[in-house]
Amino acid sequence: MSVAWIWRLRLPNQPMLRHLTLAISGGALLFVLTTVLSSFNDYQVAQIGVYAVALAGLTLLTGANGQISLGNGAFMAVGAYGAGLLLAHTDVPIAVALLLAVAVGAVAGVVIGIPASRLRGPYLAGMTLALAVGLPSMVTKFSSVFGGDQGLSIAPPTPPNGVDPERWLAWIVLLCVVIVLVLLGNLMRSRFGRAFRAVRDDEVAASLVGISVARTQVLAFAVSAGCAGLAGGLFGLTIGGANPDAFNVQLSISLLAGVVLGGTGSLFGVWWGAVLLVYVPQWATSVAGTLNLQTGQSSNLALLFYGVVLVVVMLAAPGGLQGGIRRLTTLFVDKVRAGIQPSLPSTEGEHT
Amino acid sequence: MKRDAQRRRRPPLTMMAVLGAAALILAACSSSPSTPSSAKGLPGETDGVTSTSITIGATTPETGPAAPGYDEIAPAANAYFKYTNAHGKVNGRTIKYLIENDQYDPAITATLTRQLVLQDHIFADVGPLGTPTFLQVKSFLNTEGVPALFVESGCNCWSSPSLPITFGWQPPYTDEGKVLGRYIDGHFAGQKVGYLSQDDEFGQDGVKGLDDQIPSSDVVGRQTYVATTQGLASGLGSQIDALKAAGAKVVVLYTIPAATALALLAAAEVGYNPQWVVSSVGSDPPTLTGLLSSISKGAAGASLLSGIISDAYLPPITDATNSWIVGFKKILHTYDSGAPWDGNTEYGLALGYNVVQDLKAAGKNLTRTALVDAVENHSSSLPGPWLVPLSYTKSDHYGIQGNEVVQLENGGQTIKTLTPVEATTISGPITTPTSTPSVAPSGFGS
Repeated sequence: MSVAWIWRLRLPNQPMLRHLTLAISGGALLFVLTTVLSSFNDYQVAQIGVYAVALAGLTLLTGANGQISLGNGAFMAVGAYGAGLLLAHTDVPIAVALLLAVAVGAVAGVVIGIPASRLRGPYLAGMTLALAVGLPSMVTKFSSVFGGDQGLSIAPPTPPNGVDPERWLAWIVLLCVVIVLVLLGNLMRSRFGRAFRAVRDDEVAASLVGISVARTQVLAFAVSAGCAGLAGGLFGLTIGGANPDAFNVQLSISLLAGVVLGGTGSLFGVWWGAVLLVYVPQWATSVAGTLNLQTGQSSNLALLFYGVVLVVVMLAAPGGLQGGIRRLTTLFVDKVRAGIQPSLPSTEGEHT
Repeated sequence: MKRDAQRRRRPPLTMMAVLGAAALILAACSSSPSTPSSAKGLPGETDGVTSTSITIGATTPETGPAAPGYDEIAPAANAYFKYTNAHGKVNGRTIKYLIENDQYDPAITATLTRQLVLQDHIFADVGPLGTPTFLQVKSFLNTEGVPALFVESGCNCWSSPSLPITFGWQPPYTDEGKVLGRYIDGHFAGQKVGYLSQDDEFGQDGVKGLDDQIPSSDVVGRQTYVATTQGLASGLGSQIDALKAAGAKVVVLYTIPAATALALLAAAEVGYNPQWVVSSVGSDPPTLTGLLSSISKGAAGASLLSGIISDAYLPPITDATNSWIVGFKKILHTYDSGAPWDGNTEYGLALGYNVVQDLKAAGKNLTRTALVDAVENHSSSLPGPWLVPLSYTKSDHYGIQGNEVVQLENGGQTIKTLTPVEATTISGPITTPTSTPSVAPSGFGS
């Protein structure tokens, strides 16, 4: 009976309070994690964080609003170049550059979102795919501004004395992730979030209750692209530059794969997606190394890996990894509760 | 009632969260920023060095669009390291070379370079390939104190006071362009010249060198292409047509091998036969022969290569009398058997040889500072396959700054030398060095 209180513990119901509690405790946990990890692992944590920000934006667009985007990698490029150009020409703090990355990403999102709100399904996918293919070419077209193929160099953030540079990078990225997740969490619970879902579920019903379908879709695009812009700015800081080769079509497609794997529409799920996006290529490369494959085969192994993971996850957990975990924990918690409180058989009904 | 009970139990979690936040803020504030202390030497002076081994590493494309040909370089350098390990070692230490495949993707280069430095603790980044890829990690390596010798790129961007431990190796593209430009101006004076160059720093720097020597009134066409899979997917037909229409009698290609092959095929298709001048980057005969026949599905081949003018800063691979070439071929055959003998493997072996000599010159007490000093101070007297003595100094971090003009014959089976070796720098004049080529020590390679 002494541990039974743990199972009765609940997070606050008011969204802001609930998300702040989660963010602060999660943030503290991640902070402790970065201090025990090695430099290289901290760098990977930073990479995971970058993907988490990008996936959070995309999961809102795809999961909550039902719009598909194969072009969020291009919005990342917009953010990376925005932040990179600002940092190259001025002495502004990194925070300002990252805010600019959000802003230019969101503006690009509005510009793309307006025509996108007229398109549905495969047409929308096609249009955003064109964006992912075409935008990096702009960089080489206007190479005097964007540095052409070799891109822009972005100096890594200077850590305070005594702090490991990779750890400092991880902290900057994680702080951004936490802020983004809190804001998006609140947005999902607000009237805008309800409008997103209403439009996703039934456009006619949504417009009947007074929601402007197009405006809602453009807003979702802007928020999603703003997140991608921030992720792009952080990506630039992480890899040390902005470069057309880094924002290829494959990036946009892996972002969508990350959203589906993590659990479409789930803000918790973005962590799983981000972890997979960082580690799957690495596993694939090391497996290719041990198998002694020919170059043509080993270069495709990462894609094969993605395919297999995607198929397995979709079969085992159609709601993505987060959906699967939620199902398992519910099963487990119910079992434990039933075990601890055999004398209170009727509590389950009251809880739900 | 149930909800009230829960609400009363909420504080523990909230309290934990608040405490966690407080810890976070305290930790973030406690370390005040200040300028780093100016300690002598580099960070991690002896990382990767034990009494019996030296661990070095590199990022290079083993897969992806840039891999064909370039994927032979690092294994060839490793063949030289294996040869060294079996023949006397480096001051009692064996060399361990970690090759990571970055697929020519700068984002992957950033990750893998950190893996090499932070996790594998390499002593030096030896032979990282590519301009956009290395640009992404130059400041990271600089901060971590990891010397980079030698960056496999002819970018004009490796000799800078802000990069005191980074070294280029092959001639800067502008140097090559000047030597080729002078030859064109001397031998095809007054003829119409056309350029086809890659639209990045490689092509632009090369064209800078050409323009330095060729009067602009002679240049009738300046075509470019983008070196991506998409940029090359539709071939180079429109660029070649434009040069043909402009009446160019001499066409200079600042192209990677795949683009050289596409240009030659496009010209053959429309019956256009200008005098081709191809930078050394895109003129390796074995690589081109393979590409020509695979792109044209066997319809074209080595015959298109006859007559091409190019330049070289290492001895021609077909020169069976050169003692370095003889030794390198033996080493490649023994330690990287199955690899083709071509311009890429020659490059890798020569670079590996250079690194080993520098590691030896750095002495028994191997440190990063000692290695950088060795490159800056002991290179000019270092015998090697290069056609001019290495020009590294404290202020000049380019290595080979001299080349000769050559011509391919018999479909690239023979490479004829057209001019004596000419030396130059990015902004300096072209001179004819008086030094004679060095000869490899007897028994080299066996």
